[in-house]
Amino acid sequence: MADKLSRATLVKPSSRMAAKAHLEPVENLFMNPEAAPAGHVCKASVRNLNFFYGNNQVLKSVSLDFYQNRVTALIGPSGCGKTTLLRCFNRMHDLYPHTRYEGEIILYPDGINIIHPDTNPLEMRLRIGMVFQKPNPFPKSIFENVAFGLRLRGVRGSLLQDKVEAALNAAALWEETKDRLRESAYKLSGGQQQRLCIARALAADPEILLFDEPTSALDPVATARIEELIISLKSRVTIIIVTHNMQQAGRLSDFTGFLYLGELIEFDRTATMFTTPAHPMTQDYLTGRFG
Amino acid sequence: MREMDSYIARSLWQDRMFACLGVLCTVFGLAALCALLVKLALDGASRIDWQFFFSYPSRHASRAGILSAWVGTLVVMSVTFCTAIPLGIAAGIYLEEYARKNWLTHIIEVNIANLAGVPSIIFGLMALGLLVYLLHLGQSVLAAGLTLGFLVLPIVIVATREALRAIPTEIREASYALGASKWQTVWHHLLPYASGGIATGVIIAMSRAIGETAPLITIGALTFIAFLPPSPVSPSPPFLSLDWLHSAFTVLPIQMFNWVSRPQQEFHLNAAATGLVLIVFTLSLNALAIIIRYRMRRRIKW
Ligand SMILES: Nc1ncnc2c1ncn2[C@@H]1O[C@H](COP(=O)(O)OP(=O)(O)O)[C@@H](O)[C@H]1O
Ligand SMILES: [Mg+2]
Repeated sequence: MADKLSRATLVKPSSRMAAKAHLEPVENLFMNPEAAPAGHVCKASVRNLNFFYGNNQVLKSVSLDFYQNRVTALIGPSGCGKTTLLRCFNRMHDLYPHTRYEGEIILYPDGINIIHPDTNPLEMRLRIGMVFQKPNPFPKSIFENVAFGLRLRGVRGSLLQDKVEAALNAAALWEETKDRLRESAYKLSGGQQQRLCIARALAADPEILLFDEPTSALDPVATARIEELIISLKSRVTIIIVTHNMQQAGRLSDFTGFLYLGELIEFDRTATMFTTPAHPMTQDYLTGRFG
Repeated sequence: MREMDSYIARSLWQDRMFACLGVLCTVFGLAALCALLVKLALDGASRIDWQFFFSYPSRHASRAGILSAWVGTLVVMSVTFCTAIPLGIAAGIYLEEYARKNWLTHIIEVNIANLAGVPSIIFGLMALGLLVYLLHLGQSVLAAGLTLGFLVLPIVIVATREALRAIPTEIREASYALGASKWQTVWHHLLPYASGGIATGVIIAMSRAIGETAPLITIGALTFIAFLPPSPVSPSPPFLSLDWLHSAFTVLPIQMFNWVSRPQQEFHLNAAATGLVLIVFTLSLNALAIIIRYRMRRRIKW
């Protein structure tokens, strides 16, 4: 279905691109708010998002769409605002003073604006899960780590047991942990801890799962397992993943957004962007000329 | 080359000199402390027996005991415990997790740290004015417990805040990201993970309070008490009674002070024995704090 879209319809001819100013974002069909490409359902739309730490504007009029049951990667050099953008989705910035959002992030199907001041951050965090850069399990048992989000939602008794098991299964951790659910999560290896964090986030059935460089603290073997896992999760959740590893973005994602200095430079199908980037900046970044 | 050698030799010599000096200073401090303890033990140990623990003070040194003093210490400490802990932990949580970081909270923070250094007799004066005269609590267990509670409150607040601050941001974020509210995060995560640090602070606060004398003398604690506070439980309805809160009291350090200030040598032995009991109390509390801290460190490594 997605393949029906030919590249030509998506990206404007590069002859026109070359004439464009250096930092000017690339316009293409995916950046058109009106319609999702055939076979894609829009899960969230970021529109003219500005974000400020105090007076420091870190995101500058960012607009892009995220599609249901797709993996979208956010790439860009360190400090370009990837994490900041990701943390807008679950309103993590609200935890800290002197942060300010402008613009919209519309969550579909209900069309609620995530960053509207009247939108309750707790509701957004109950609907949108997050996995952090460094595995951050609670210093509790493996079971309690996964159960916490469920308990918050009032799940009790045997249903709780079942859901914990299901989440651990979905995170490909059940076989390793079924006999040691009461042990401390700190006894797990780094990769297992990160999968536990994924299970913890999955347990409550989020609509979107945010990953902030989930493998940057892990060895290659653990990284491969997490990547496999992320691909397997696509069928149940919309995924947004921040990564500084372009190979990882290439392996995992269906769409990629390239951010530079707080601006979205280019957004496209990953396959397209990685083979024929429309913007010279993207090309430079992908070929490792900076970043 | 030769120059370098002499240079190195001089550095080594300096190192050794300082090491020696350090050892001397340490030994001097420890020796003074040990001498004190040994003297106390030699003087007091002979007086420590059942009779000493279960007798009221008396005009006859050999018949006198510390029953009313250690019971007094226990009941006063229980009041202190019940005030300093909830107030201190709640204030610590508020300041660390809830309060906006502005100039007002900054001033409060600095002053709480200052409060911990205020001489205890000043707390006694404050308590005399507030608790005894204004609130008419009299020279009671309640007034004493509250006084010591206020005295150690800053210790509990500071310990709570430090224990909370030691919890990494990632843990808080993990909880919030799952949709937990502030209170749910505090209750299910922060408090349990900080409990070791808080417990240590509480015990240190109690071991400080247990030896305090000046503020209690200031509010007018009696030095000669030959009765116990009324029992908190009774066989007839309503079964529980709070009369003990209003009872007059004495505590171990005041009893000790009373005996030390008598001219007769025999009473000085009683004082030494009381001091020994007090020190054993305090050291056991401190040991408990160390054990808790050690076990928590082993259980939770950030
Ligand atoms: N808590 C913060 N307060 C102030 N500035 C911040 C904060 N976090 C990040 N920044 C700034 O925002 C910019 C984007 O940061 P971030 O989103 O973490 O980048 P990335 O994840 O792409 O490496 C950086 O320039 C960084 O210095
Ligand atoms: Mg980042």
